[in-house]
Amino acid sequence: MAAILDARGLCKNFGAVTAASDINAAIERDSVVGLIGTNGAGKTTFINMITGYLKPDRGRIHYEGRDITSLAPRDITRLGICRSFQIPQLYASLTAFENMMAGIGVVLRNAGLGGFFSRGEPLVPGHNLPAEEVAARILERFGLADYRDKNAQVLPGGVRKLLDIALTMVAKPKILLLDEPTSGVSSEEKFVIMEMIMKAVRAEGATVLFVEHDMEVVSRFAERVLAFYDGRIIADAPPAEALENAEVKRFVVGGELHRLDEAQARPRA
Amino acid sequence: MRRDLTPRTLALIVAAILAAGPFAPQWTVFLLTVALAKGLVVLGLMILLRCGLVSFGQALYYCIGAYAAGLLGLRYEVSGVFTLMLAGMLASGATAFVLGFLLARYRSIFFGLLSLAISMILYGLLVKTEALGSSDGFNLLPSTLAGFRPADAWVRYMVLAVAVVVAFVAALLVNRYLKTPLGRLAPAIKDNEIRVEYMGASARHAIHVKYVIAAALAGLGGALAATTVGHIDPEMAYWTTSGEFIFITILAGTGNVIAPFLGALIFGIIQSVAFDISPNTWQMVLGSSLLVVIVFLPNGLWSLFSRGKAS
Repeated sequence: MAAILDARGLCKNFGAVTAASDINAAIERDSVVGLIGTNGAGKTTFINMITGYLKPDRGRIHYEGRDITSLAPRDITRLGICRSFQIPQLYASLTAFENMMAGIGVVLRNAGLGGFFSRGEPLVPGHNLPAEEVAARILERFGLADYRDKNAQVLPGGVRKLLDIALTMVAKPKILLLDEPTSGVSSEEKFVIMEMIMKAVRAEGATVLFVEHDMEVVSRFAERVLAFYDGRIIADAPPAEALENAEVKRFVVGGELHRLDEAQARPRA
Repeated sequence: MRRDLTPRTLALIVAAILAAGPFAPQWTVFLLTVALAKGLVVLGLMILLRCGLVSFGQALYYCIGAYAAGLLGLRYEVSGVFTLMLAGMLASGATAFVLGFLLARYRSIFFGLLSLAISMILYGLLVKTEALGSSDGFNLLPSTLAGFRPADAWVRYMVLAVAVVVAFVAALLVNRYLKTPLGRLAPAIKDNEIRVEYMGASARHAIHVKYVIAAALAGLGGALAATTVGHIDPEMAYWTTSGEFIFITILAGTGNVIAPFLGALIFGIIQSVAFDISPNTWQMVLGSSLLVVIVFLPNGLWSLFSRGKAS
Protein backbone atom coordinates (compact mmCIF):
# COMPACT_ATOMS: atom_id res chain seq x y z
CA MET A 1 0.00 0.00 0.00
CA ALA A 2 1.16 3.52 -0.79
CA ALA A 3 1.95 5.95 2.02
CA ILE A 4 -0.51 8.83 2.14
CA LEU A 5 1.51 10.64 4.79
CA ASP A 6 5.25 10.51 5.24
CA ALA A 7 7.09 12.21 8.11
CA ARG A 8 10.89 12.17 7.90
CA GLY A 9 13.33 13.20 10.62
CA LEU A 10 11.00 15.49 12.52
CA CYS A 11 12.63 17.33 15.42
CA LYS A 12 11.09 19.88 17.74
CA ASN A 13 12.48 21.46 20.89
CA PHE A 14 10.80 23.84 23.29
CA GLY A 15 13.81 25.39 25.02
CA ALA A 16 15.55 22.53 26.83
CA VAL A 17 12.59 20.18 26.38
CA THR A 18 12.72 17.78 23.44
CA ALA A 19 9.20 17.18 22.18
CA ALA A 20 10.23 15.36 19.01
CA SER A 21 13.56 13.86 18.14
CA ASP A 22 14.00 12.27 14.72
CA ILE A 23 10.43 11.06 14.23
CA ASN A 24 10.01 8.90 11.13
CA ALA A 25 6.65 7.46 10.16
CA ALA A 26 4.97 6.55 6.90
CA ILE A 27 1.20 6.15 7.18
CA GLU A 28 -0.52 3.93 4.66
CA ARG A 29 -3.73 4.92 2.97
CA ASP A 30 -6.91 3.61 4.65
CA SER A 31 -5.06 2.39 7.73
CA VAL A 32 -5.99 2.96 11.38
CA VAL A 33 -3.02 3.93 13.52
CA GLY A 34 -3.01 4.25 17.30
CA LEU A 35 -0.57 6.68 18.91
CA ILE A 36 0.35 5.71 22.46
CA GLY A 37 2.68 7.11 25.08
CA THR A 38 2.55 8.82 28.45
CA ASN A 39 1.82 12.51 28.79
CA GLY A 40 4.63 14.56 27.33
CA ALA A 41 5.90 11.70 25.16
CA GLY A 42 5.33 13.70 21.94
CA LYS A 43 2.03 12.39 20.56
CA THR A 44 0.23 15.71 20.41
CA THR A 45 3.40 17.46 19.18
CA PHE A 46 3.42 14.96 16.30
CA ILE A 47 -0.23 15.76 15.50
CA ASN A 48 0.43 19.49 15.85
CA MET A 49 3.32 19.29 13.39
CA ILE A 50 1.26 17.38 10.82
CA THR A 51 -1.61 19.84 11.06
CA GLY A 52 0.63 22.89 10.81
CA TYR A 53 0.07 24.26 14.31
CA LEU A 54 3.77 23.71 15.06
CA LYS A 55 6.59 23.90 12.55
CA PRO A 56 9.28 21.26 13.07
CA ASP A 57 12.80 22.56 13.72
CA ARG A 58 14.09 19.93 11.28
CA GLY A 59 12.55 17.31 9.00
CA ARG A 60 9.85 17.30 6.35
CA ILE A 61 6.27 16.08 6.11
CA HIS A 62 4.88 14.88 2.79
CA TYR A 63 1.22 14.30 2.10
CA GLU A 64 0.31 12.48 -1.12
CA GLY A 65 3.81 13.28 -2.34
CA ARG A 66 3.51 17.00 -1.61
CA ASP A 67 5.64 18.81 0.98
CA ILE A 68 3.24 20.33 3.53
CA THR A 69 5.81 21.18 6.22
CA SER A 70 5.51 24.94 5.93
CA LEU A 71 1.79 25.25 5.17
CA ALA A 72 -0.67 27.02 7.49
CA PRO A 73 -3.26 24.88 9.35
CA ARG A 74 -6.08 26.09 7.07
CA ASP A 75 -4.19 25.11 3.93
CA ILE A 76 -3.43 21.67 5.36
CA THR A 77 -7.12 21.27 6.25
CA ARG A 78 -8.09 22.24 2.70
CA LEU A 79 -5.86 19.45 1.37
CA GLY A 80 -7.86 16.90 3.39
CA ILE A 81 -6.08 16.51 6.73
CA CYS A 82 -8.52 17.27 9.53
CA ARG A 83 -8.21 16.97 13.28
CA SER A 84 -10.24 16.82 16.45
CA PHE A 85 -9.05 18.19 19.76
CA GLN A 86 -8.32 16.84 23.21
CA ILE A 87 -10.42 19.69 24.59
CA PRO A 88 -13.32 20.04 22.11
CA GLN A 89 -13.06 23.22 20.04
CA LEU A 90 -16.65 24.14 19.31
CA TYR A 91 -18.61 27.28 18.54
CA ALA A 92 -19.98 27.58 22.07
CA SER A 93 -22.87 29.97 21.46
CA LEU A 94 -24.19 28.01 18.47
CA THR A 95 -26.33 24.89 18.51
CA ALA A 96 -24.96 21.53 17.42
CA PHE A 97 -26.69 21.97 14.06
CA GLU A 98 -25.36 25.52 13.63
CA ASN A 99 -21.87 24.24 14.46
CA MET A 100 -22.16 21.82 11.57
CA MET A 101 -23.56 24.52 9.29
CA ALA A 102 -20.64 26.85 10.12
CA GLY A 103 -18.24 24.07 9.17
CA ILE A 104 -20.12 23.35 5.95
CA GLY A 105 -20.06 27.08 5.19
CA VAL A 106 -16.27 26.97 5.13
CA VAL A 107 -16.28 23.94 2.84
CA LEU A 108 -18.66 25.70 0.44
CA ARG A 109 -16.62 28.88 0.52
CA ASN A 110 -13.37 27.04 -0.17
CA ALA A 111 -15.05 25.39 -3.15
CA GLY A 112 -16.26 28.80 -4.36
CA LEU A 113 -19.92 27.83 -3.87
CA GLY A 114 -22.83 29.68 -2.27
CA GLY A 115 -21.13 33.05 -2.74
CA PHE A 116 -22.70 36.47 -3.13
CA PHE A 117 -23.46 36.10 -6.82
CA SER A 118 -24.42 32.44 -6.95
CA ARG A 119 -28.02 31.37 -7.35
CA GLY A 120 -29.92 28.50 -5.79
CA GLU A 121 -28.78 26.22 -3.03
CA PRO A 122 -25.39 24.64 -3.72
CA LEU A 123 -24.57 20.98 -3.07
CA VAL A 124 -21.80 20.35 -0.56
CA PRO A 125 -18.77 18.95 -2.44
CA GLY A 126 -17.98 15.35 -1.57
CA HIS A 127 -21.44 14.81 -0.09
CA ASN A 128 -23.48 15.98 -3.10
CA LEU A 129 -26.33 17.04 -0.85
CA PRO A 130 -27.67 20.42 0.31
CA ALA A 131 -25.94 21.83 3.40
CA GLU A 132 -28.77 21.23 5.87
CA GLU A 133 -29.10 17.62 4.83
CA VAL A 134 -25.36 17.01 5.22
CA ALA A 135 -25.44 18.52 8.73
CA ALA A 136 -28.42 16.40 9.76
CA ARG A 137 -26.89 13.21 8.35
CA ILE A 138 -23.55 13.60 10.08
CA LEU A 139 -25.24 14.44 13.39
CA GLU A 140 -27.33 11.32 13.04
CA ARG A 141 -24.35 9.15 12.21
CA PHE A 142 -22.68 10.29 15.42
CA GLY A 143 -25.83 9.72 17.48
CA LEU A 144 -26.25 13.48 18.00
CA ALA A 145 -29.65 13.98 16.40
CA ASP A 146 -31.29 14.55 19.80
CA TYR A 147 -28.86 17.36 20.59
CA ARG A 148 -29.37 19.14 17.27
CA ASP A 149 -30.88 22.33 18.68
CA LYS A 150 -28.96 22.48 21.96
CA ASN A 151 -26.23 25.06 22.43
CA ALA A 152 -22.74 23.58 22.34
CA GLN A 153 -21.80 25.11 25.69
CA VAL A 154 -24.53 23.21 27.58
CA LEU A 155 -23.83 19.81 26.03
CA PRO A 156 -22.39 17.03 28.24
CA GLY A 157 -18.64 16.34 27.89
CA GLY A 158 -18.97 13.13 25.88
CA VAL A 159 -21.39 14.74 23.46
CA ARG A 160 -19.09 17.72 22.98
CA LYS A 161 -16.33 15.29 22.15
CA LEU A 162 -18.48 13.57 19.52
CA LEU A 163 -19.56 16.90 18.05
CA ASP A 164 -15.92 17.94 17.83
CA ILE A 165 -15.19 14.84 15.75
CA ALA A 166 -18.43 15.14 13.75
CA LEU A 167 -17.35 18.67 12.74
CA THR A 168 -14.27 17.31 11.00
CA MET A 169 -16.45 15.11 8.79
CA VAL A 170 -18.04 17.98 6.86
CA ALA A 171 -14.84 18.43 4.85
CA LYS A 172 -14.66 14.73 3.86
CA PRO A 173 -11.15 14.32 5.28
CA LYS A 174 -8.70 11.92 3.71
CA ILE A 175 -6.72 11.78 6.93
CA LEU A 176 -8.29 12.26 10.31
CA LEU A 177 -6.24 12.89 13.44
CA LEU A 178 -8.18 12.26 16.64
CA ASP A 179 -6.54 13.59 19.79
CA GLU A 180 -7.77 11.41 22.66
CA PRO A 181 -11.28 10.82 21.29
CA THR A 182 -12.38 8.97 24.44
CA SER A 183 -10.77 11.07 27.16
CA GLY A 184 -13.26 12.14 29.80
CA VAL A 185 -15.56 9.27 28.85
CA SER A 186 -16.25 6.48 31.37
CA SER A 187 -14.47 3.18 30.66
CA GLU A 188 -17.76 1.36 30.00
CA GLU A 189 -18.77 3.93 27.36
CA LYS A 190 -15.36 4.06 25.69
CA PHE A 191 -15.95 1.07 23.44
CA VAL A 192 -19.44 2.18 22.47
CA ILE A 193 -18.25 5.65 21.57
CA MET A 194 -15.14 4.45 19.79
CA GLU A 195 -17.23 1.93 17.84
CA MET A 196 -19.56 4.70 16.73
CA ILE A 197 -16.71 7.03 15.78
CA MET A 198 -14.84 4.40 13.81
CA LYS A 199 -17.97 3.29 12.00
CA ALA A 200 -18.85 6.85 11.01
CA VAL A 201 -15.31 7.74 10.05
CA ARG A 202 -14.53 4.56 8.14
CA ALA A 203 -17.78 4.88 6.21
CA GLU A 204 -16.24 8.04 4.71
CA GLY A 205 -13.06 6.15 3.83
CA ALA A 206 -10.62 8.22 5.87
CA THR A 207 -7.20 7.17 7.12
CA VAL A 208 -7.25 7.51 10.91
CA LEU A 209 -4.58 8.34 13.48
CA PHE A 210 -5.81 8.41 17.05
CA VAL A 211 -4.17 9.16 20.37
CA GLU A 212 -5.34 6.84 23.13
CA HIS A 213 -4.35 5.93 26.66
CA ASP A 214 -6.54 2.86 27.07
CA MET A 215 -4.57 -0.12 25.72
CA GLU A 216 -7.70 -2.23 25.32
CA VAL A 217 -9.18 0.39 23.03
CA VAL A 218 -5.89 0.54 21.12
CA SER A 219 -5.75 -3.27 20.66
CA ARG A 220 -9.35 -3.38 19.59
CA PHE A 221 -9.33 -0.57 17.00
CA ALA A 222 -5.79 0.09 15.79
CA GLU A 223 -4.20 -1.89 12.98
CA ARG A 224 -0.83 -0.43 13.78
CA VAL A 225 0.64 1.25 16.86
CA LEU A 226 3.20 4.02 17.13
CA ALA A 227 4.55 4.10 20.69
CA PHE A 228 6.10 7.43 21.76
CA TYR A 229 8.55 7.99 24.56
CA ASP A 230 10.62 11.10 25.22
CA GLY A 231 9.97 12.54 21.76
CA ARG A 232 10.97 9.32 19.95
CA ILE A 233 9.01 6.45 18.42
CA ILE A 234 10.12 3.40 20.37
CA ALA A 235 7.87 0.88 18.63
CA ASP A 236 6.06 0.79 15.30
CA ALA A 237 4.16 -2.48 14.84
CA PRO A 238 0.73 -4.13 14.95
CA PRO A 239 -0.87 -3.77 18.42
CA ALA A 240 -0.23 -7.33 19.63
CA GLU A 241 3.46 -7.01 18.83
CA ALA A 242 3.90 -3.40 19.95
CA LEU A 243 2.25 -3.89 23.32
CA GLU A 244 4.54 -6.85 24.02
CA ASN A 245 7.67 -4.84 23.22
CA ALA A 246 9.87 -4.63 26.34
CA GLU A 247 10.47 -0.87 26.03
CA VAL A 248 6.80 -0.20 25.42
CA LYS A 249 5.88 -2.31 28.44
CA ARG A 250 8.33 -0.43 30.59
CA PHE A 251 7.84 3.15 29.39
CA VAL A 252 4.29 3.26 28.01
CA VAL A 253 2.08 0.51 29.39
CA GLY A 254 3.84 0.75 32.77
CA GLY A 255 3.32 4.47 32.66
CA GLU A 256 -0.36 4.01 31.90
CA LEU A 257 -0.73 1.57 34.83
CA HIS A 258 0.92 4.19 36.96
CA ARG A 259 -1.66 6.72 35.72
CA LEU A 260 -4.43 4.27 36.57
CA ASP A 261 -3.04 3.75 40.07
CA GLU A 262 -2.90 7.47 40.59
CA ALA A 263 -6.47 7.88 39.42
CA GLN A 264 -7.69 5.14 41.74
CA ALA A 265 -5.70 6.46 44.68
CA ARG A 266 -7.28 9.90 44.23
CA PRO A 267 -10.05 10.35 46.81
CA ARG A 268 -13.48 10.65 45.24
CA ALA A 269 -15.23 13.96 45.61
CA MET B 1 -36.28 26.72 4.95
CA ARG B 2 -38.16 29.71 6.37
CA ARG B 3 -38.88 32.42 3.85
CA ASP B 4 -36.91 35.61 4.39
CA LEU B 5 -39.42 38.41 4.91
CA THR B 6 -36.76 41.12 5.15
CA PRO B 7 -36.68 42.24 1.47
CA ARG B 8 -40.46 42.54 1.34
CA THR B 9 -40.63 44.42 4.64
CA LEU B 10 -37.90 46.77 3.48
CA ALA B 11 -39.71 47.44 0.21
CA LEU B 12 -42.91 48.29 2.08
CA ILE B 13 -41.08 50.70 4.40
CA VAL B 14 -39.38 52.39 1.44
CA ALA B 15 -42.67 52.78 -0.43
CA ALA B 16 -44.33 54.22 2.68
CA ILE B 17 -41.55 56.77 3.24
CA LEU B 18 -41.48 57.85 -0.42
CA ALA B 19 -45.27 58.26 -0.46
CA ALA B 20 -45.52 60.12 2.85
CA GLY B 21 -42.39 62.26 2.33
CA PRO B 22 -43.97 65.12 0.31
CA PHE B 23 -46.62 65.65 2.99
CA ALA B 24 -44.37 65.32 6.04
CA PRO B 25 -43.09 68.42 7.83
CA GLN B 26 -39.54 69.46 6.88
CA TRP B 27 -38.08 68.62 10.30
CA THR B 28 -39.24 65.00 10.10
CA VAL B 29 -37.76 64.68 6.62
CA PHE B 30 -34.45 65.96 7.98
CA LEU B 31 -34.61 63.67 11.03
CA LEU B 32 -35.32 60.66 8.86
CA THR B 33 -32.55 61.42 6.37
CA VAL B 34 -29.97 61.82 9.15
CA ALA B 35 -31.24 58.57 10.70
CA LEU B 36 -30.73 56.80 7.38
CA ALA B 37 -27.18 58.16 7.15
CA LYS B 38 -26.34 56.98 10.66
CA GLY B 39 -28.18 53.72 10.04
CA LEU B 40 -25.78 52.98 7.18
CA VAL B 41 -22.79 53.39 9.51
CA VAL B 42 -24.47 51.20 12.14
CA LEU B 43 -25.24 48.56 9.50
CA GLY B 44 -21.47 48.25 9.04
CA LEU B 45 -20.86 48.14 12.79
CA MET B 46 -23.42 45.36 13.01
CA ILE B 47 -21.40 43.24 10.55
CA LEU B 48 -18.31 43.72 12.73
CA LEU B 49 -20.16 43.15 15.99
CA ARG B 50 -21.52 39.84 14.73
CA CYS B 51 -17.97 38.53 14.71
CA GLY B 52 -17.27 40.03 18.12
CA LEU B 53 -15.49 43.22 17.08
CA VAL B 54 -16.46 46.63 18.44
CA SER B 55 -14.93 49.53 16.54
CA PHE B 56 -14.63 52.64 18.71
CA GLY B 57 -13.43 54.56 15.66
CA GLN B 58 -16.04 54.12 12.95
CA ALA B 59 -16.34 57.93 12.82
CA LEU B 60 -13.04 57.78 10.90
CA TYR B 61 -14.82 56.39 7.84
CA TYR B 62 -17.92 58.51 8.40
CA CYS B 63 -15.68 61.58 8.30
CA ILE B 64 -13.61 60.39 5.34
CA GLY B 65 -16.84 59.78 3.41
CA ALA B 66 -18.13 63.25 4.26
CA TYR B 67 -14.86 65.03 3.41
CA ALA B 68 -14.49 63.07 0.15
CA ALA B 69 -17.95 64.29 -0.86
CA GLY B 70 -17.22 67.81 0.38
CA LEU B 71 -13.86 68.05 -1.40
CA LEU B 72 -15.35 66.87 -4.66
CA GLY B 73 -17.74 69.84 -4.44
CA LEU B 74 -15.10 72.28 -3.21
CA ARG B 75 -12.40 71.45 -5.77
CA TYR B 76 -14.37 70.22 -8.78
CA GLU B 77 -17.83 71.66 -8.15
CA VAL B 78 -19.45 68.25 -8.31
CA SER B 79 -22.90 68.32 -6.72
CA GLY B 80 -24.55 65.15 -8.05
CA VAL B 81 -25.76 63.37 -4.97
CA PHE B 82 -25.04 59.85 -6.26
CA THR B 83 -21.52 60.81 -7.38
CA LEU B 84 -20.80 62.28 -3.94
CA MET B 85 -22.00 59.15 -2.17
CA LEU B 86 -20.02 56.90 -4.46
CA ALA B 87 -16.91 59.00 -3.78
CA GLY B 88 -17.47 58.79 -0.01
CA MET B 89 -17.92 55.05 -0.18
CA LEU B 90 -14.85 54.46 -2.33
CA ALA B 91 -12.60 56.75 -0.26
CA SER B 92 -13.55 55.02 2.98
CA GLY B 93 -13.42 51.53 1.52
CA ALA B 94 -9.95 52.12 0.05
CA THR B 95 -8.64 53.53 3.35
CA ALA B 96 -10.07 50.54 5.22
CA PHE B 97 -8.51 48.14 2.74
CA VAL B 98 -5.07 49.53 3.62
CA LEU B 99 -5.65 49.91 7.38
CA GLY B 100 -7.32 46.49 7.45
CA PHE B 101 -3.94 44.78 7.03
CA LEU B 102 -3.05 46.16 10.46
CA LEU B 103 -6.42 46.09 12.23
CA ALA B 104 -7.51 42.60 11.16
CA ARG B 105 -4.67 41.26 13.31
CA TYR B 106 -6.21 42.64 16.49
CA ARG B 107 -9.21 41.55 18.56
CA SER B 108 -11.36 42.81 21.43
CA ILE B 109 -10.18 45.94 23.25
CA PHE B 110 -7.02 46.23 21.13
CA PHE B 111 -9.06 46.41 17.94
CA GLY B 112 -11.44 48.91 19.53
CA LEU B 113 -8.79 51.26 20.86
CA LEU B 114 -6.58 51.08 17.78
CA SER B 115 -9.52 52.11 15.59
CA LEU B 116 -10.30 54.90 18.07
CA ALA B 117 -6.69 56.12 17.92
CA ILE B 118 -6.70 56.26 14.11
CA SER B 119 -9.94 58.23 14.02
CA MET B 120 -8.50 60.74 16.51
CA ILE B 121 -5.41 61.14 14.30
CA LEU B 122 -7.69 62.19 11.44
CA TYR B 123 -9.53 64.56 13.78
CA GLY B 124 -6.21 66.12 14.83
CA LEU B 125 -5.09 66.52 11.22
CA LEU B 126 -8.36 68.12 10.10
CA VAL B 127 -8.40 70.57 12.99
CA LYS B 128 -4.92 71.75 11.95
CA THR B 129 -5.66 71.95 8.22
CA GLU B 130 -6.61 75.52 7.38
CA ALA B 131 -7.29 74.75 3.72
CA LEU B 132 -10.21 72.59 4.91
CA GLY B 133 -11.54 75.17 7.34
CA SER B 134 -9.79 73.80 10.43
CA SER B 135 -12.25 73.18 13.26
CA ASP B 136 -15.00 75.16 11.46
CA GLY B 137 -15.08 72.83 8.45
CA PHE B 138 -16.82 74.10 5.31
CA ASN B 139 -20.16 74.18 3.54
CA LEU B 140 -21.21 71.96 0.68
CA LEU B 141 -22.81 73.03 -2.59
CA PRO B 142 -26.56 72.45 -2.81
CA SER B 143 -27.14 68.90 -4.08
CA THR B 144 -28.40 68.04 -7.54
CA LEU B 145 -29.87 64.85 -8.93
CA ALA B 146 -28.60 63.90 -12.40
CA GLY B 147 -27.87 67.57 -13.12
CA PHE B 148 -31.30 68.68 -12.02
CA ARG B 149 -31.74 71.02 -9.07
CA PRO B 150 -35.25 71.01 -7.59
CA ALA B 151 -36.98 74.00 -6.02
CA ASP B 152 -35.83 74.78 -2.47
CA ALA B 153 -38.91 73.25 -0.89
CA TRP B 154 -38.18 69.94 -2.63
CA VAL B 155 -34.44 69.66 -2.00
CA ARG B 156 -34.88 67.91 1.32
CA TYR B 157 -37.38 65.47 -0.10
CA MET B 158 -35.06 64.71 -2.98
CA VAL B 159 -32.17 63.92 -0.62
CA LEU B 160 -34.52 61.80 1.51
CA ALA B 161 -35.70 59.87 -1.53
CA VAL B 162 -32.13 59.23 -2.62
CA ALA B 163 -31.19 58.24 0.97
CA VAL B 164 -34.09 55.81 1.21
CA VAL B 165 -33.22 54.14 -2.08
CA VAL B 166 -29.50 53.92 -1.22
CA ALA B 167 -30.23 52.56 2.28
CA PHE B 168 -32.67 50.06 0.76
CA VAL B 169 -30.10 48.75 -1.71
CA ALA B 170 -27.38 48.64 0.98
CA ALA B 171 -29.65 46.76 3.39
CA LEU B 172 -30.63 44.24 0.71
CA LEU B 173 -27.01 43.63 -0.26
CA VAL B 174 -25.93 43.20 3.36
CA ASN B 175 -28.90 40.91 3.98
CA ARG B 176 -27.73 38.73 1.12
CA TYR B 177 -24.13 38.90 2.28
CA LEU B 178 -25.07 37.70 5.77
CA LYS B 179 -26.44 34.53 4.16
CA THR B 180 -23.28 33.70 2.21
CA PRO B 181 -20.77 31.29 3.78
CA LEU B 182 -18.46 34.22 4.61
CA GLY B 183 -21.29 36.19 6.18
CA ARG B 184 -22.42 33.19 8.19
CA LEU B 185 -18.92 32.64 9.49
CA ALA B 186 -19.23 35.69 11.79
CA PRO B 187 -20.58 33.98 14.94
CA ALA B 188 -18.08 31.16 14.44
CA ILE B 189 -15.21 33.68 14.36
CA LYS B 190 -16.62 35.29 17.49
CA ASP B 191 -16.75 31.93 19.30
CA ASN B 192 -13.63 30.08 18.26
CA GLU B 193 -11.01 31.25 15.77
CA ILE B 194 -8.87 28.14 16.27
CA ARG B 195 -11.69 25.98 15.00
CA VAL B 196 -12.36 28.31 12.08
CA GLU B 197 -8.71 27.93 11.08
CA TYR B 198 -8.86 24.13 11.41
CA MET B 199 -12.03 24.00 9.33
CA GLY B 200 -9.97 25.57 6.54
CA ALA B 201 -10.81 29.28 6.65
CA SER B 202 -8.79 32.36 7.54
CA ALA B 203 -10.44 34.39 10.27
CA ARG B 204 -8.13 37.32 9.54
CA HIS B 205 -9.08 37.40 5.88
CA ALA B 206 -12.79 37.22 6.75
CA ILE B 207 -12.42 40.08 9.24
CA HIS B 208 -10.50 42.17 6.70
CA VAL B 209 -13.34 41.80 4.20
CA LYS B 210 -15.95 42.68 6.83
CA TYR B 211 -13.88 45.67 7.92
CA VAL B 212 -13.79 47.06 4.37
CA ILE B 213 -17.55 46.53 3.92
CA ALA B 214 -18.25 48.27 7.23
CA ALA B 215 -16.02 51.20 6.26
CA ALA B 216 -17.62 51.54 2.83
CA LEU B 217 -21.04 51.72 4.48
CA ALA B 218 -19.75 54.33 6.95
CA GLY B 219 -18.33 56.36 4.07
CA LEU B 220 -21.66 56.20 2.29
CA GLY B 221 -23.39 57.34 5.49
CA GLY B 222 -20.88 60.17 5.94
CA ALA B 223 -21.39 61.46 2.39
CA LEU B 224 -25.15 61.27 2.83
CA ALA B 225 -24.98 63.15 6.15
CA ALA B 226 -22.80 65.80 4.50
CA THR B 227 -25.25 66.39 1.64
CA THR B 228 -28.20 66.41 4.06
CA VAL B 229 -26.72 68.85 6.55
CA GLY B 230 -24.83 70.85 3.93
CA HIS B 231 -21.85 71.33 6.24
CA ILE B 232 -18.95 69.22 7.43
CA ASP B 233 -16.41 69.67 10.20
CA PRO B 234 -13.75 67.58 12.02
CA GLU B 235 -16.26 66.76 14.76
CA MET B 236 -17.44 63.99 12.42
CA ALA B 237 -14.23 62.05 13.25
CA TYR B 238 -14.33 62.83 16.98
CA TRP B 239 -14.64 59.95 19.44
CA THR B 240 -18.09 61.05 20.62
CA THR B 241 -19.38 60.50 17.09
CA SER B 242 -18.02 56.94 17.18
CA GLY B 243 -19.61 56.55 20.60
CA GLU B 244 -22.95 57.59 19.17
CA PHE B 245 -22.72 54.87 16.51
CA ILE B 246 -21.96 52.21 19.11
CA PHE B 247 -24.80 53.55 21.23
CA ILE B 248 -27.18 53.03 18.31
CA THR B 249 -25.76 49.57 17.55
CA ILE B 250 -26.44 48.41 21.10
CA LEU B 251 -29.84 50.09 21.11
CA ALA B 252 -30.79 48.41 17.81
CA GLY B 253 -29.33 44.92 18.19
CA THR B 254 -27.74 42.81 15.47
CA GLY B 255 -30.71 40.61 14.63
CA ASN B 256 -31.65 42.05 11.24
CA VAL B 257 -30.52 44.59 8.64
CA ILE B 258 -33.57 46.73 9.40
CA ALA B 259 -32.52 47.11 13.04
CA PRO B 260 -29.73 49.70 12.47
CA PHE B 261 -32.09 52.09 10.69
CA LEU B 262 -34.81 51.61 13.26
CA GLY B 263 -32.24 52.17 16.02
CA ALA B 264 -30.90 55.32 14.36
CA LEU B 265 -34.40 56.71 13.95
CA ILE B 266 -35.36 56.04 17.56
CA PHE B 267 -32.05 57.51 18.68
CA GLY B 268 -32.81 60.65 16.66
CA ILE B 269 -36.30 60.92 18.12
CA ILE B 270 -35.14 60.42 21.72
CA GLN B 271 -32.36 62.95 21.18
CA SER B 272 -34.70 65.60 19.72
CA VAL B 273 -37.41 65.09 22.34
CA ALA B 274 -34.90 65.03 25.20
CA PHE B 275 -33.25 68.19 23.91
CA ASP B 276 -36.62 69.87 23.67
CA ILE B 277 -37.68 68.92 27.20
CA SER B 278 -34.40 69.50 29.02
CA PRO B 279 -31.76 71.31 26.94
CA ASN B 280 -29.16 71.02 29.72
CA THR B 281 -29.57 67.41 30.72
CA TRP B 282 -30.66 65.72 27.49
CA GLN B 283 -27.73 63.29 27.63
CA MET B 284 -29.14 61.94 30.88
CA VAL B 285 -32.42 61.03 29.16
CA LEU B 286 -30.47 59.37 26.36
CA GLY B 287 -28.33 57.42 28.81
CA SER B 288 -31.33 56.29 30.84
CA SER B 289 -33.14 55.04 27.76
CA LEU B 290 -30.10 52.98 26.74
CA LEU B 291 -29.97 51.57 30.26
CA VAL B 292 -33.60 50.54 30.03
CA VAL B 293 -32.97 48.79 26.70
CA ILE B 294 -29.91 46.96 28.03
CA VAL B 295 -31.78 45.74 31.12
CA PHE B 296 -35.04 44.74 29.48
CA LEU B 297 -33.95 43.97 25.91
CA PRO B 298 -30.35 42.77 26.13
CA ASN B 299 -30.36 41.86 22.42
CA GLY B 300 -31.55 45.32 21.44
CA LEU B 301 -34.79 46.76 20.13
CA TRP B 302 -34.91 44.22 17.33
CA SER B 303 -35.63 41.44 19.83
CA LEU B 304 -39.14 42.97 20.15
CA PHE B 305 -39.76 41.81 16.58
CA SER B 306 -37.85 38.54 16.57
CA ARG B 307 -39.31 37.24 19.83
CA GLY B 308 -42.63 36.29 18.26
CA LYS B 309 -40.87 34.35 15.51
CA ALA B 310 -38.76 32.28 17.88
CA SER B 311 -41.64 31.00 19.99
